[in-house]
Amino acid sequence: MASATFQLWRGGHKDGHLQSYETEVSEGMVVLDAVHDIQATQANDLAVRWNCKAGKCGSCSAEINGKPRLMCMTRLNTLDLTKPVTVEPMRSFPLVRDLVTDVSWNFRVKKEIKQFTPRAPDAPDGTWRMQQTDVDRVQEFRKCIECFLCQDVCHVIRDHQEKDAFVGPRYLAYVAALEMHPLDTVDRTADLKTAHGIGLCNITKCCTHTCPEEIRITDNAIIPLKERVVDRFYDPLQALVRLVRGKKSS
Amino acid sequence: MADVETHEHDVLVIGAGGAGLRAAIEAAASGATVGLVCKSLLGKAHTVMAEGGVAAALANVDDRDNWMVHFADTMRGGQYVNNWRMAELHAKEAPDRVRELEKWGAVFDRTSDGRILQRNFGGHRYPRLAHVGDRTGLEMIRTLQDHAIHQAVDVHMEVTIIALLKDGDRISGAFGYDRERGRFRLFKCKAAVLATGGVGRAYSITSNSWEYTADGQSLAYNAGAALQDMEFVQFHPTGMVWPPSVKGILVTEGVRGEGGVLRNSEGRRFMFDDIPDNYRAQTADNEEEGWRYTQGDKNARRPPELLTRDHVARCIMREVKAGRGSPHGGVYLDIAWIKQRVPNGAEVIRKKLPSMYHQFKQLADIDITEQPMEVGPTTHYIMGGIRVDGDSQMTGVPGLFAAGECAAGLHGANRLGGNSLSDLLVFGKRAGEHAAAYARTQPAGRVDAAEVDRLAHGALAPFERAGNGEAPYAVQHDLQEMMQQLVGIVRREDEMQRALDHLVLMRRRAEAAGATGNREYNPGWHTSMDLGNLLTISEAIARSAIVRTESRGGHFRDDHPDKDPAQATYNLVARKGADGAMQLSKEPIPPLPAELARVIEEQK
Ligand SMILES: Cc1cc2nc3c(=O)[nH]c(=O)nc-3n(C[C@H](O)[C@H](O)[C@H](O)COP(=O)(O)OP(=O)(O)OC[C@H]3O[C@@H](n4cnc5c(N)ncnc54)[C@H](O)[C@@H]3O)c2cc1C
Ligand code: SF4
Ligand code: SF4
Ligand code: FES
Repeated sequence: MASATFQLWRGGHKDGHLQSYETEVSEGMVVLDAVHDIQATQANDLAVRWNCKAGKCGSCSAEINGKPRLMCMTRLNTLDLTKPVTVEPMRSFPLVRDLVTDVSWNFRVKKEIKQFTPRAPDAPDGTWRMQQTDVDRVQEFRKCIECFLCQDVCHVIRDHQEKDAFVGPRYLAYVAALEMHPLDTVDRTADLKTAHGIGLCNITKCCTHTCPEEIRITDNAIIPLKERVVDRFYDPLQALVRLVRGKKSS
Repeated sequence: MADVETHEHDVLVIGAGGAGLRAAIEAAASGATVGLVCKSLLGKAHTVMAEGGVAAALANVDDRDNWMVHFADTMRGGQYVNNWRMAELHAKEAPDRVRELEKWGAVFDRTSDGRILQRNFGGHRYPRLAHVGDRTGLEMIRTLQDHAIHQAVDVHMEVTIIALLKDGDRISGAFGYDRERGRFRLFKCKAAVLATGGVGRAYSITSNSWEYTADGQSLAYNAGAALQDMEFVQFHPTGMVWPPSVKGILVTEGVRGEGGVLRNSEGRRFMFDDIPDNYRAQTADNEEEGWRYTQGDKNARRPPELLTRDHVARCIMREVKAGRGSPHGGVYLDIAWIKQRVPNGAEVIRKKLPSMYHQFKQLADIDITEQPMEVGPTTHYIMGGIRVDGDSQMTGVPGLFAAGECAAGLHGANRLGGNSLSDLLVFGKRAGEHAAAYARTQPAGRVDAAEVDRLAHGALAPFERAGNGEAPYAVQHDLQEMMQQLVGIVRREDEMQRALDHLVLMRRRAEAAGATGNREYNPGWHTSMDLGNLLTISEAIARSAIVRTESRGGHFRDDHPDKDPAQATYNLVARKGADGAMQLSKEPIPPLPAELARVIEEQK
């Protein structure tokens, strides 16, 4: 068996540093396995989040060799093991300790977004009818595992810390899922412009490239939402139609 | 009193998977103030990992389905030791609970006429599982989570409960710590709902996450509630076997529902070789008919790959033991072959089983549209758990309720796929409703400050031992290996007696395990506290498995390989005796009411 060196972030903000650990590697291992081996034998108190170990829960987000990734889905054979592998916590969120960050901001943001509110049922038995083709695009966004890697990588949050003004790509995709839900009746266009700060996104697509669920956040969620905002607030004809119809445009 | 942050709620829900979220929503809707506690972040509970679907007799795909068929399927799958009242309520109420999710924003896959699509699954007579590709659990937990955050529910994330508190006989609170800072938390409540999930971390090969350390079962047991059916552990037939680091990770039964077949190293569909008598009439006897079934032919019978999990798991073990296994000790599960039958088969596979496609591609370098998967049994679910009243979900301790995987009864000796997610909804709701009703009738209970001090002191003991104690991970690891070896899929009395001896020694090791570092987000410390729960529940499993001298459902005894009709009449119940030792008793199953007996007879 070969061995490899991992440099893991240890400690909090003030006393934090990268610490080197050697561990054995075997076929098929992922970064999370190496971190667990180190935790079990060399650093019992190493703080790390994980649950499913199969890319389904979005708990194990970290920056591996500087890139935001899921530790459980990053195979060691995709990394250069002749050099130390660095594993650091997500940078956009306050550090708790070691690889764990305080992501509570994300949960607060979600609460501010207007809740799903369905139209009256289509059938007397209280059920609705939706075609698969109409739900396909919503299902794409609903694949989100809330790993917050897109939030981590987005420069509006990462470099500019605009957390009060901008909900971030995860929640723009969340709004898109609600807005494009065939049954939903709430209009969130005005919120997008103001409270959700969609204008701060300048379509760099870093979020899309990072998303482990391969959700096309920018093309399929953000750009269509931006178009709605433009139609609503900058297109006089649409504004008139809206006045007359008095309804949500979709 | 020790330095403790105190919260007060009418109803405290412990666990935020499907059952806990549904209970919290219902309790809040009933007007109670609700606290919801979970060990992980919200939305990360095990429910998120469920793949195949949620079972409910909606009859959207096959109009012959109804609650009676679902009830009979559940009882047959459970080998008739189920709590029949729960099986009845579950079958009747699941459709409404699933439709309710749609009202809250869930987006299930659709039929061509725009209704909720349903798929085939093992042991279900008709296509019954509402689903979203193979990420149904994610859809369910997200829907409940996003609904719950807009209700009057206080969420306490990353908080672990380590003891329940009582005022006399009844529940008055719970004690725990927050993971982030390691501070103690006291929750005062009039009623508590346990919804803590399963026990898979007692075994080395498992599809379960670190959270499944049997906390709820152990909390209830220590508070004086009874455990039931603990011998019935489900080993899912298809877990990944290679590479070693992913061993145990689940491969959904949905693969077989979509036409996937099991083969041994000789290429033989060995499942045709052993079809149990009670399923023979419903099972295809040739490959052609089995294929037609998976493609929706209502006149075809199901292929033997979709027999119940306990049976399929043992057939796989048999092939491997006989030397007809795959290179890494499993058998082959082949979905790629459907390309011979359906146009653009590769695309169909990716569409129907997207996360399986990714899982194998990324973790095993296998393209399931081209190659077969290697699979073998993995510890998956526990049918046994906390004994509850079928209607209210209350345990023997007044004010203490339990729902979801940590409760027992619905599934009997073996759970059908898809019946867990529906269980969470049906009984989560009932538990929340009855807990709120109970809380309304009660004044706030007293909490004993000395008891809280004692608990706080005990929780910090691993630090006092620090480096002098053994690392808790080593004890956990040895326990898992031991349970896998001695109380696993195939059991023998002498081996299980040895397991009990090991457990005594391991308890001593656990009590001497030490934690290094400080209290902030320290998984080593957390693990040292989890060990006690795992040991208690391992003992309950082993003791129950020794007493049941027959093979039934998930419980297979090499030394008693046959089913014994005389043992279909009782449930095994474990309680903590006055001296602190575990006591087992056989509690008779109440006779089936005539109308339910008739339903079962008609569906035979
Ligand atoms: C990979 C996989 C696939 C599955 N697929 C299906 C399927 O397709 N269909 C189906 O019906 N079933 C399926 N199951 C089974 C099903 O997912 C589970 O049985 C079910 O989700 C359990 O739900 P629950 O609400 O009881 O508990 P969980 O969802 O496990 O939630 C338990 C909660 O309790 C909390 N908790 C635990 N201990 C404590 C404590 N001490 N203090 C505070 N909080 C605590 C946890 O943090 C968590 O929030 C699958 C299981 C697995 C592992
Ligand atoms: S596309 Fe927009 S949301 Fe995505 S990373 Fe770039 S700026 Fe952020
Ligand atoms: S959109 Fe993608 S990257 Fe962002 S939180 Fe969801 S899964 Fe993660
Ligand atoms: S542990 Fe669940 S996504 Fe990595």
